[in-house]
Amino acid sequence: MRIVLHIWRQAKAAAPGRMVRYEVPDVNTHMSFLEMLDILNEDLIAKGEDPVAFDHDCREGICGMCGCMVNGVAHGPLPGTTLCQLHMRHFKDGDELYLEPWRARAFPVVKDLVVDRSAFDRLIAAGGFISVSTGSAPDGNAVLVPKENADRSMDAAACIGCGACVAMCPNASASLFMGAKLAHLGLLPQGQPERERRVLAMEAQANRELFGSCTNIGECEAVCPKGIKLEVIALMNRDFLRANWVGRGGLKGD
Amino acid sequence: MIEERYGNLFEMYERITGEDPYQSPMRIFPAIHYTMGGLWVDYNLMSNIPGLYVIGEANFSDHGANRLGASALMQGLADGYFVLPNTINDYIASAKAEKIDTGHAAMKEAEAQVNCVTKRLLEAKGTRSVDSFHRELGKLMWEYCGMSRTAEGLKHALSQIPEMREQFWRDVKVPGTGEELNQSLEKAGRVGDFFELAELMCLDALERNESCGGHFREEYQTPDGEAARNDDQFSYVAAWEFRGVGNPPELHHEPLEFEYVHPAQRSYK
Repeated sequence: MRIVLHIWRQAKAAAPGRMVRYEVPDVNTHMSFLEMLDILNEDLIAKGEDPVAFDHDCREGICGMCGCMVNGVAHGPLPGTTLCQLHMRHFKDGDELYLEPWRARAFPVVKDLVVDRSAFDRLIAAGGFISVSTGSAPDGNAVLVPKENADRSMDAAACIGCGACVAMCPNASASLFMGAKLAHLGLLPQGQPERERRVLAMEAQANRELFGSCTNIGECEAVCPKGIKLEVIALMNRDFLRANWVGRGGLKGD
Repeated sequence: MIEERYGNLFEMYERITGEDPYQSPMRIFPAIHYTMGGLWVDYNLMSNIPGLYVIGEANFSDHGANRLGASALMQGLADGYFVLPNTINDYIASAKAEKIDTGHAAMKEAEAQVNCVTKRLLEAKGTRSVDSFHRELGKLMWEYCGMSRTAEGLKHALSQIPEMREQFWRDVKVPGTGEELNQSLEKAGRVGDFFELAELMCLDALERNESCGGHFREEYQTPDGEAARNDDQFSYVAAWEFRGVGNPPELHHEPLEFEYVHPAQRSYK
């Protein structure tokens, strides 16, 4: 089938960008979206043109590298799916698709569809971790975790940090991402000692990165390829309030 | 139960095939998914370059015959969490950390080498894309150094790779410059290295005249098709020393000694 693409082309961060029209005449329905872009790029290279830059790595939906806006929706029209896992069978002959990079102040465009998401790395470095003593393995049953908590923590840990939530949010808020990390660690016993410090540090970093605030719109949840729920933001807000109460004064515990 | 344990796998399958694995039987076939092996390290996980520690699956790996899912996680944790914190301290405590800057001779040499390779790739201005070479090499490896190999096939691959490499450096087409983000250039650098890696994998597979672990040589199998080991001759780690492009690498044998549990014939029966 034939697909018409309008792709945002931008040589570098400081250069102006524009939409450029391309046609991919022979798209196989079994191709993934990225494979279609590969075909386009092979064609552009053969013609001596600059191929479209786009991020990708594992191509099985677990690394979080890929993603762009497809007709205004992060990762395209299929819910719960990264761009690499979106296959062309979901489109039809003659479809016109508009591809743009993630749009957010905190994610500057590097080139074409590639954006710099190192703001997420700095959020993690600010608080998205637990401090542990390494060296010897703790006994498997020494720390008890209720099954329900383990499951909820695991669900939050499914976040791959792709940035779709930020891209889709009208406020460019990183709340779903931060909430996922805070819920992942905060629901487990190992996450308790640094619980207050973690949420305060991540919130402060998010402000420095110029991510917006959450106004409970829910676009993030709608496009999240890993099904992270809005409840993680509620959990984050609760942690934030609590940390302001107990954390800043150096008090420990509730 | 199945959904809880394998939900994400089933979902992945559904996305790729467009078939619902909860309803229709899954189509499964064996495939190579991983390049086993890696950089040589000692028991402290230090490579042959003093101070350069290699952990996780970048080193020559802990997995056995099959490298299953989550092996990367296992080795990353084992090396990073349990081993390295007990070994790297010794190096840090005893090494003299002299102040070095980008004016250092080794830095100049590395920079000159990278610039030279980059220039060569950009100036080849050939007719074939990086991807076309990557695919050609991948197909050759899949065919002759895949799940089962023969001496004949490996020799064939070893005769093809130098030709392919020569063609790559002469005929590759890398658009753009080295001044901005250039994904074709990045890929070209990596595919350029893959020729050496591919050659080494074939050589190592040819050298090992037995079937063992992830390495199944068709000539060495039991009458009922199981892997026929030859521990008398091949119970060693093959550590290959790079001697420069085009030069044969040197094989260092590291004998494997089993005191309590001895390797045995694998059988799925």
